[in-house]
Amino acid sequence: MSFDPERSNFAPTLRSRRTWARIGRWLFIAATVVALAALMMMLYNVATSTVGLVAVEYEREPSTLVEQPLEEVSKEELVALLQANISAGLFRRLEHDQPFATRSRETVYDLVIEHVVAETIVRSWPLDKSLVDRAAIEAEIAADYPTARVRFHAWLQPQFLTRSMSSNPEQAGVRTALLGSLWMVLITMLLAFPIGVGSAIYLEEYASDTLLNSILQSNINNLAGIPSIIYGMLGLAIFVRTLEPYTSGAAFGVLDGNGRTILSASLTMALLILPIIIVSAQEAIRAVPQSIRLASYGLGATRWQTTWYQVLPVAMPGILTGTILAMSRAIGETAPLIVVGASTFIVSDPTGPFSKFTVLPIQIYQWTSRPQAEFRHLAATAIVVLLVLLLTLNATAVLVRQRLGRLP
Amino acid sequence: MLIENPLMEARQVTLYYGASEALRDVTLQAAPHQITALIGPSGCGKSTMLRCFNRMNDLIPHVRLSGQILYRTHDLYHPDIDPVEVRRKIGMVFQKPNPFPKSIYENVAWGARLNGYRGNMDELVERCLRQAALWDEVQDQLRKSALALSGGQQQRLCIARTIATEPEVILMDEPCSALDPIATLRIEDLMRELKERYTIIIVTHNMQQAARVSDYTAMMMLTDDRAAGTIIEFGETQRLFTTPSDRRTEDYITGRFG
Repeated sequence: MSFDPERSNFAPTLRSRRTWARIGRWLFIAATVVALAALMMMLYNVATSTVGLVAVEYEREPSTLVEQPLEEVSKEELVALLQANISAGLFRRLEHDQPFATRSRETVYDLVIEHVVAETIVRSWPLDKSLVDRAAIEAEIAADYPTARVRFHAWLQPQFLTRSMSSNPEQAGVRTALLGSLWMVLITMLLAFPIGVGSAIYLEEYASDTLLNSILQSNINNLAGIPSIIYGMLGLAIFVRTLEPYTSGAAFGVLDGNGRTILSASLTMALLILPIIIVSAQEAIRAVPQSIRLASYGLGATRWQTTWYQVLPVAMPGILTGTILAMSRAIGETAPLIVVGASTFIVSDPTGPFSKFTVLPIQIYQWTSRPQAEFRHLAATAIVVLLVLLLTLNATAVLVRQRLGRLP
Repeated sequence: MLIENPLMEARQVTLYYGASEALRDVTLQAAPHQITALIGPSGCGKSTMLRCFNRMNDLIPHVRLSGQILYRTHDLYHPDIDPVEVRRKIGMVFQKPNPFPKSIYENVAWGARLNGYRGNMDELVERCLRQAALWDEVQDQLRKSALALSGGQQQRLCIARTIATEPEVILMDEPCSALDPIATLRIEDLMRELKERYTIIIVTHNMQQAARVSDYTAMMMLTDDRAAGTIIEFGETQRLFTTPSDRRTEDYITGRFG
């Protein structure tokens, strides 16, 4: 075939390639829009449940107790109000639990609401419905509960973080679960980070190319894909049962517990996220240019000095990226903790590794499975708390990573 | 014997990477305070030979070496010799500039600190950077990242870093191959200054460079069965480049080599 400059075609496939490029671009935009829409819907769904109208009934109308609104009454008056309206026995018991002199105004106020006013929420609505259909809601309540009053209630409020678990939805909070989550993540990371990074260092920098090591390596890769509930079974068998004397704290002088402690949960969770940390740390270490190692060895550095002073600092941002992922996983996991024995209803705060505990995802799960609509509002609010906690921890880790990544 | 009192000497060195032979029966001497150049075509084992002198080949799995590498009277491959100590005495500059991703100051200071240097670190850094002809260019930016320097500056920084551990021998593996001609000339000038204090062994692809800077030259080539590299001629540079005794050397240095 001879070359004819007049008739030669310089773009035989250009048109179809451009068409494919256009299709690809539109697919990308469409996928982004769908993802954003899904995210917005979820956030809307959660957010609309965190505040809204509630219908409340009182045993005693607050206006019949004092003249000014109850919110403005001082602590001393509230205590007096409480003493005048509840049985002497109950008052003594409350005084015994914690003397009124040392209680804050807010907790006394809560007691008045709980025992004197005895406010109960009989029905609740999400925010969107509350705003659009207020008249219908009020008519409905007037028909069903003539004595009830309709008012706005913010489920998401500062006290939600500081109150502990309660069977009364208005009094319930996430303090116990939040503390449980924080304790568990702290201990999990303290265990998993050094072990994970150490394993990655060993596998990348020290381990020779033997059959045993390559079997270990492929097992670690596979472990990252094992269902988390199986880790829960493992944790139950090893940490809760077999190692109970240690995980319950009995070996360290804590005598009133069993193996279903924060320590057991953290050990289980550490096992679960170890493969994630190891694999991502290995990749980060492998990405460090060989020339840096050679330079270091050439100066007479030992293998450990090379690893510690040259390889790890360069790999650390990458290692932390994997660690952030693993930490998010640990905060969000529910299934293995149910197996390991997280409590679904406790009111005492965790005080250390040997405490009974619950965590935020389990609290959310427990609230969503309650029949009353009010607990679904609490679940939505707890989801907001969980998301904020997750974002806070991640942001901290990202900041640390950026500080480390800056040169020199 | 060509050299009376060599500082370093390879005697009948044969080296295998796993099953494949890389060097066969190589014998080479490096005179103190002289520059010895290794030249030859690609893949003939020049860099492998160089790395034998500070046991850098140990880092590659499945390397076997027979023969002797002598430094003064020590056999460097004797089981009682710590390769880490060898590398402190015998420094290395690599083909591609490879400063640490740290500050200029830290690049120079780190090796010295590893070696237990207890003196004034600022003075040492300045002295090494001056010796490497880099001080005037970087004295105001010692805290800046070494990666911000140009390629030629980075290579001089690598030389300064090597000097800071106070070695006796500096091995250079094609130190100018990634540099432009001007940076190359600066490094060559530097090498002539450095040989007052150090013994230098350099691998180079550039025959003019070998002719310009070295005192002794070893011509390496694959053996006739093309299995491994060996030295076919070794002598004073001037003699080797003017009256090579081996036909293959002459072909190579005159550019007739196929």
